[in-house]
Amino acid sequence: MTSLLVIIVLVLLAVALWQLTKIFDLTQVGSNSDSSQVATDDDNNVQGYLMFGFLAFIYIFSIYGLFKWGSLVLHTPASAHGAQVDNLMNITWVLIFIVQAVTQVLLHYFAFKYRGKKDQKALYFADNNKLEAIWSVIPAIVLAGLILYGLYAWTNIMFIDDEEDTVVVELYAQQFKWTARVAGEDNVLGKANVRYIEGINTLGVDLADPYAQDDIVVSELHIPKGKKIHFKMRSQDVLHSAYMPYFRAQMNCVPGMVTEFAFEPIYTTAEYRELPYMIEKVANINALRSKKSVELVAKGETALDPYSFDYLLLCNKICGSSHYNMQMKIVVDTPEDYKKWLSEQALLVQQVKEANAPAPVEGGTNKDSLKSKDTAAVVKIAMK
Amino acid sequence: MSAEGHDHGHDHEHEHHHKDTFITKYIFSIDHKMIAKQYLLTGIVMGIIGVGMSMLFRMQLAWPEESFKIFNILLGDKWAPNGVMTNDIYLSLVTIHGTIMVFFVLTAALSGTFSNLLIPLQIGARDMASGFMNMISYWLFFLSSVIMICSLFVESGPANSGWTIYPPLSALPQAISGSGLGMTLWLSSMAIFIASSLMGSLNYIVTVINLRTKGMSMTRLPLTIWAFFVTAIIGVVSFPVLLSAALLLIFDRSFGTSFFLSDIYIAGEVLHYQGGSPVLFEHLFWFLGHPEVYIVILPALGITSEIIATNSRKPIFGYRAMIMSIIAIAFLSTIVWGHHMFISGMNPFLGSVFTFTTLLIAIPSAVKAFNYITTLWKGNLQLNPAMLFSIGLVSTFITGGLTGIILGDSTLDINVHDTYFVVAHFHLVMGISALYGMFAGIYHWFPKMFGRMLNKNLGYVHFWVTAVCAYGVFFPMHFIGLAGLPRRYYTNTNFPLFDDLQNVNVLITTFALIGGAFQLVFLYNFFSSIFYGKKAVQNPWKSNTLEWTTPVEHIHGNWPGEIPEVHRWPYDYSNPGHEEDFVPQTVPMKPGEEVLHH
Repeated sequence: MTSLLVIIVLVLLAVALWQLTKIFDLTQVGSNSDSSQVATDDDNNVQGYLMFGFLAFIYIFSIYGLFKWGSLVLHTPASAHGAQVDNLMNITWVLIFIVQAVTQVLLHYFAFKYRGKKDQKALYFADNNKLEAIWSVIPAIVLAGLILYGLYAWTNIMFIDDEEDTVVVELYAQQFKWTARVAGEDNVLGKANVRYIEGINTLGVDLADPYAQDDIVVSELHIPKGKKIHFKMRSQDVLHSAYMPYFRAQMNCVPGMVTEFAFEPIYTTAEYRELPYMIEKVANINALRSKKSVELVAKGETALDPYSFDYLLLCNKICGSSHYNMQMKIVVDTPEDYKKWLSEQALLVQQVKEANAPAPVEGGTNKDSLKSKDTAAVVKIAMK
Repeated sequence: MSAEGHDHGHDHEHEHHHKDTFITKYIFSIDHKMIAKQYLLTGIVMGIIGVGMSMLFRMQLAWPEESFKIFNILLGDKWAPNGVMTNDIYLSLVTIHGTIMVFFVLTAALSGTFSNLLIPLQIGARDMASGFMNMISYWLFFLSSVIMICSLFVESGPANSGWTIYPPLSALPQAISGSGLGMTLWLSSMAIFIASSLMGSLNYIVTVINLRTKGMSMTRLPLTIWAFFVTAIIGVVSFPVLLSAALLLIFDRSFGTSFFLSDIYIAGEVLHYQGGSPVLFEHLFWFLGHPEVYIVILPALGITSEIIATNSRKPIFGYRAMIMSIIAIAFLSTIVWGHHMFISGMNPFLGSVFTFTTLLIAIPSAVKAFNYITTLWKGNLQLNPAMLFSIGLVSTFITGGLTGIILGDSTLDINVHDTYFVVAHFHLVMGISALYGMFAGIYHWFPKMFGRMLNKNLGYVHFWVTAVCAYGVFFPMHFIGLAGLPRRYYTNTNFPLFDDLQNVNVLITTFALIGGAFQLVFLYNFFSSIFYGKKAVQNPWKSNTLEWTTPVEHIHGNWPGEIPEVHRWPYDYSNPGHEEDFVPQTVPMKPGEEVLHH
């Protein structure tokens, strides 16, 4: 299929090239120059019209793109600050489109309108301070507006108020996996360092730290809707970037330091799935996937699973061979569901304790449990 | 000052002239025109490799993990077993593509070719201030190119931590295979490259300051020279910082220091590094990395200024404003590097500062764009291929530059950082634009370099297909970036979320392959015209600048007799007081003629 496509493209290319050269050759008829001279009036004429055609191409392509691919673009932010980001983005886009539309028209239209002719003489127009002032001052004013709005939003988003009531969560990056640590009841994360990594304590939490006693380590993160989540990021090996596009959130994870980002989710996963644009997007993706599945099945491979939307945490800083597959699911729950989920999770200290204990023996009698206590003590001594 | 310089040069060249052997003429030449050609040829070879790599990884992105015979042929069994590209080599291709295009093609080949060719010719000098240093500069560049190419063949694979080589990934061979010998060679190559670039830049600066001919005041310099001059200054200011970053990284890699590394647990063990910070590396890297963007684009803009004025048969509009904007861009370029690091974990307050300085750059850039457009207005445009590429440059510079307003704004950068939106932005504003500048320069000065003309019609075909494909590749790319697709992913198939972007990727790749294939038209035109092109006349474009007063055949010292004296600015096109529509800089002012520009 692909090779056929490639061959078709190549044939079309050859035809296009031949046609183009022919057109240019035809423009030479009657003029006494050959094809290695400077542009003649005929050339200027043809190229001028092509410039005009190119303007049409840019416009049509842009409009086509907006209709065809506009729906792919991230929509409806799922976080409280996201509206501010998108608002600024939309204002900027309007400005960009206006400037782009006007300047491209001027550029290509002038290239067409003033295409060279033998008896035409250019206007000697070297300088005009008024014009220079206009196009320095207007961009300056517009940019000042954008800068002010941008800085206002940036300050709101990035400076986290310590007094605020937040849920503290650690995002822990390693090649090629995310882990989260919820701070638990005291809402303070226990100290951690890679030098404490041992066994199932893969995050290097200092288990002796009183704040660490209620920490919960999970590989699928749940967060409550309507409450600000204060993320603290760490990495154990190389740079990673915690990217949560639907929340308009991103922050690098840097080995040797803790970075931060905070946002408040405003749609639960279930609610976000029900947004009309998301229903449409998922339907579209599933249509594509089932089409692909038919091909796969024909080849004797397994079909693709249907897709349903979930918030994702992606890695967005090149981190190694499998950078392209480093993700974690994030679920936004209602506060009640979140509480329920939280209560079902085991504490890290417990998990470590259980892992260090010997495997539970079936039908534990009194003797067995005594024995296991002994070995637990032995393990403790050994650890020391 | 300049008069003395030129007299001395003149005597020197003519009294001690001796016959060239093949080696001194073509290989270890100290003639700036030959060195320019050497830079250009090396750059073209590197360009073919760099662009070729992009074709390969574009195919992988459009048809992920499909088998292509060409992969197996080019990459071998290890990196493309059964014709399926592996993820490690994908990252290598991306890394080396970036490195080659940014440094070897758009920095060294662009500046190296045109600064070397044009600075002495346009300011009226016999040669560069130091021909010998110029030669060394080229050969160091050549050496660094060879090392970079060699790194493609080492067993553990070429560097593949991205062209920005952020540690710890680039520092630890445990983290990725390319950070072994491949990275060592990459760093060595870059260190040599920087030495080459510094020698070149110093030479350009000294030559422009000291060797201008009589009458060539700074405000009579063509804008090309202004651009090259300021570019060289930025290079001298910022390249040493990259060298220091590279050296410190070599220390961390080989001698156990902890400049950029701290608290690392990898492959089951804790490493000894303590107290360093990768963010420090990012600062050092981008202190070069951002000015680098202007090192790439300013020469292209300088070339464009000259070509647009000549072919519009009009003075460049706002000559002084153009100079001021070049200087403003150069100055601002050294204080905006932080906009690559808004979400690197540095203090958000710094983010505010860098947003402010970054958006300021839009002002001088806007001035330049509007001045170009005004130059076209009421001109008598000679739409030669060079002119088309120059107009194309203005178009892509505007399109790509505008999205910089989004990326330079820290708030908006949060969500588009490191997505394909960034890729689309910088390819248009510096990649494609600078390439257009380079093509424009080649089409315009080919007669000066080789004494022959390029085939115009092939040039037209080359431009139009490239122009359509450039937009075809990078315009849709904005959308997939805004959809949140991260760059440097080997495949997106692990994210069903991105399944609806696959068709766009196929379209992009199709345009890329067509555009890439049509560069062969240029290569054919270029190489066949060197030998079979129509012989050029002395001043084919009826240009005002001094390089067109030299004979078509290259001679040592450029002018057979005295170096001409300059009497006016370079942009007296269609000056109403004159018969012809161009007045070369060497024509004395008529009695009573007024200087019409300010």
